[in-house]
Amino acid sequence: MNKRRVAWYWKILLLTTVSSLFLSGCDRQYLVFNPAGPVAQKEYDLIVLSAVLCAIVVIPVLALLFFILYRYRDRPGNKAKYSPNWHDSKILEVVWWGIPIIIIGILSIYTAKTTYTLTKPPVKDVKPITIQVTSMDWKWLFQYPGQKIATVNYAEIPVGVPVQFHLTSNQMMNSFWVPELGGQEYTMPGMAMRLWLQADRPGTYYGSGANFTGKGFTHMKFKVIAKPQAEFDQWARQIKQTEKPLTMTVYKQLAKKGLAEKQAFSSYPAQLFTNTLNENGGKYMDKDMKHGKSDMPAMNHNDHDMSGMEHKGE
Amino acid sequence: MGEKSKGFFVTGDPLIYGADVAIIVTLLGIIIFLTVFKKWGWLWKEWFTTVDHKRIGIMYLVSSLLMLFRGGVDALLMRLQLAAPNTHFLTSQHYNEIFTTHGTIMILFMAMPFMFALFNIVIPLQIGARDVAYPFLNALSFWLFFFGALLFNLSFVVGGSPDAGWLSYPPLSEIAGSPGPGQNFYIWGIQISGIGSLATGINFLVTILKMRAPGMKLMKMPLFSWSVLSSCITIIFAFPVLTVTLALLFVDRYLGAHIFTADSGNPMMYVNLIWMWGHPEVYIVVLPAFGIYSEIVSTFSKKKIFGYKSMVFSMMIISILGYFTWVHHFFTMGAGADVNTFFAITTMAIGIPTGVKIFNWLFTMFRGRITISQPMLWTIAFIPCFVVGGATGVMLAIAPADYQYHNSYFLIAHFHQTLIGGVVFGYLAGLYYWWPKMFGFKLNERLGKWAFWTWNIGFYVCFMPQYALGFMGMTRRVYTYGWDMGWAPFNMVSTVGAFLMGIGFIFQAWQILYSIKNGEKDVTGDPWNGRTLEWSIPSPAPLYNFAVIPEVKHDDDWWETKKAMADSQYKKEPPQYEPIHMPKQSGIPFIMSACWFVVGFGFTFGWSYVGLAGLLGVGLCLLARSFQQETDYYIPVDEVRKTEASLGRVG
Repeated sequence: MNKRRVAWYWKILLLTTVSSLFLSGCDRQYLVFNPAGPVAQKEYDLIVLSAVLCAIVVIPVLALLFFILYRYRDRPGNKAKYSPNWHDSKILEVVWWGIPIIIIGILSIYTAKTTYTLTKPPVKDVKPITIQVTSMDWKWLFQYPGQKIATVNYAEIPVGVPVQFHLTSNQMMNSFWVPELGGQEYTMPGMAMRLWLQADRPGTYYGSGANFTGKGFTHMKFKVIAKPQAEFDQWARQIKQTEKPLTMTVYKQLAKKGLAEKQAFSSYPAQLFTNTLNENGGKYMDKDMKHGKSDMPAMNHNDHDMSGMEHKGE
Repeated sequence: MGEKSKGFFVTGDPLIYGADVAIIVTLLGIIIFLTVFKKWGWLWKEWFTTVDHKRIGIMYLVSSLLMLFRGGVDALLMRLQLAAPNTHFLTSQHYNEIFTTHGTIMILFMAMPFMFALFNIVIPLQIGARDVAYPFLNALSFWLFFFGALLFNLSFVVGGSPDAGWLSYPPLSEIAGSPGPGQNFYIWGIQISGIGSLATGINFLVTILKMRAPGMKLMKMPLFSWSVLSSCITIIFAFPVLTVTLALLFVDRYLGAHIFTADSGNPMMYVNLIWMWGHPEVYIVVLPAFGIYSEIVSTFSKKKIFGYKSMVFSMMIISILGYFTWVHHFFTMGAGADVNTFFAITTMAIGIPTGVKIFNWLFTMFRGRITISQPMLWTIAFIPCFVVGGATGVMLAIAPADYQYHNSYFLIAHFHQTLIGGVVFGYLAGLYYWWPKMFGFKLNERLGKWAFWTWNIGFYVCFMPQYALGFMGMTRRVYTYGWDMGWAPFNMVSTVGAFLMGIGFIFQAWQILYSIKNGEKDVTGDPWNGRTLEWSIPSPAPLYNFAVIPEVKHDDDWWETKKAMADSQYKKEPPQYEPIHMPKQSGIPFIMSACWFVVGFGFTFGWSYVGLAGLLGVGLCLLARSFQQETDYYIPVDEVRKTEASLGRVG
């Protein structure tokens, strides 16, 4: 077969693939590129910054590669310089040790800054709310200590209010991820991790478990619905009035392995979240911490502020 | 979601029945072939009991290519399942098993043995040695790997495959999450082959430090040997961590301890430990690939490697820094801002020496004379692929941004780009480069080009869309998805790419078979106009490698010798042959590893007596070996002279 023609076909195929990548982009389907709150926004900014800085290195390297391949091919009559023993140049070495060091230096500063920023509430002047999240096999339980209600596989939050999610698991280790609101954090048995998120515009946001937990893992999806404060209060009131309570019996049923539908409950057993932590090893963590044996980011009391990402931020 | 069967044999899936039949037919075919052609004795004498590094290397190579096939079929099954939304080709259970075995096999039973194949085939020849430091241990390493891999693969037909992911995080991998024997297969398969890997690390470290030809100072050593040295150092520190971690997991599962369960124990400990091995592991496999690229770039540019000292320095930095980055695999576990910042910066920092190596390769080609042969093709393809993969690696290292990438397809695309673009391309380049040295003929160029282009185009078509899928919120390890998220088109494209890579592999199999019959013979022993010692001896190398151990005076010593030989003043001194000291064959490595297999098999099914019987066998083998007195012999001068004459190298 004609070699040039084959190469041409490949080129067309490659071009269509690449362009379809870009053309279909930039719409709402790219969740990470559509930050709906300050946390996701900060992460998005870092993603863009790092991509640009990397491109500053990548593009010249690729250009250089193609230039060298073109210029120094071993073909008769190639007049390009050939220096078979030239193998050392202090200046060049300094350049290519130096440039990456500078770029990594810049990235490091931004990384450190954002890492510490994200351990604090996104806005200071609004009173945050807390939602306790328990990942189970294979569904999500959300408890609202402020409103004393609970939901399964969906959560509603007020717009413009920082939300502190307290994350734990009653079985396998999962990860709580709502890309449009911000990055994920693991849910682990016996520990309560903290994650600040906030929505700045109303909407329904896709959430999922990101860490593999076995057979039903794929189906561990949930929605986070952001509404103005008044509508959120209205929603909570309505649940309080119309839904059934989450009793221990219902909870035990829910905790069994299997999938679950969206549900809402007008109340939940007192200390359910703390008990879940304790039953899964939280009590051992607590003891270790009291004796100063461990600096684990584990906590079993909701009102302590030493856990995980925030112990530096307070 | 089909329930896993409880019986000894895996039942209920037509795919597995098909595979059962294929396995039985193949086994019968092999047995009949060996019996009809009376090859059993040959197999035992020439291969099973050999301690020759070249043969051990070939056995590693064959095993790793078989495992590449199995891991590749796993990958294609996954891509078929994900090609379109709501597919019912595989159940959730089956999909979970397949991604677990795909990952485990590709890293531990494909990349590692492929790497050891190249260690074995090349290192003694490159440093001017007649074998490795511990030939018996070398054979034992291979057979431990072989039986470990066999045990792991057996889970496919008996007992059921592991299904908790390739690193098997607890609590999912504990009894409560994975009650069947599948997880035990994982533990024992890796454990047994892991002992072999550790022993190989020690073996080659000692070989390189103690057995170099006279005159070959460390700073005159070829870069591939340097890369193996740095990889071995990493193996020695990393593999014991793996062994201990898996042993503790086994104690949890077998004796009901709670080391990694959340009540009283802690799963985070496992995650830390496994990555303390797991991260260095990726450097273990990629460093030798860097060495291969260095050899090839220099040979096919007809130019000295640029910045040799810088290359050595950067490899050593990588192998040390590789121990201080493990937390970047779980920034989202919330170790705190201090810890995350530290590990983010160390991770980005490791990009610096890696970047330097890229520039050095480029400037080796700069002002050279570049021949684009098959090894060079893969090397050239590696550079853009690894540069982009490295860049996405730096992006992933930024802890806060990683909260958005973690466990998504962005991550999947990244590590496949570095592991395929870096490691697999490197090993394939090495395979094409040293193939004539192993077998005495070259691999067909035309079929090789077809393989190269389908592999490469397939790679980009398969993995570039996965970066986009990550940004669209697709997480890894989902066995199906709906139409609602817009993931369908990219997944379809990705599947097409995966199959292109599969076609590339078929081209390679065809290329090897075709070249066995029609390959261009390498009569010179130096088909590429090479620069290092392995090219100074005939292809394939005789049993004793070097009839006379060379005296090394230069870096790129063979290149300099050839230059001197071209001079009309050059006088070749007649070689002074001496009797050659060689190790004797032994069946003990094979038998001892088979006993380890029995140990693994017994404990996998909880049959403690079988396991203990196996351990007894291991003990007896150790005892038998320690009473062996005559483990070596001498090849007489006459025989050496005869062999050299028959190879056209008359003394």
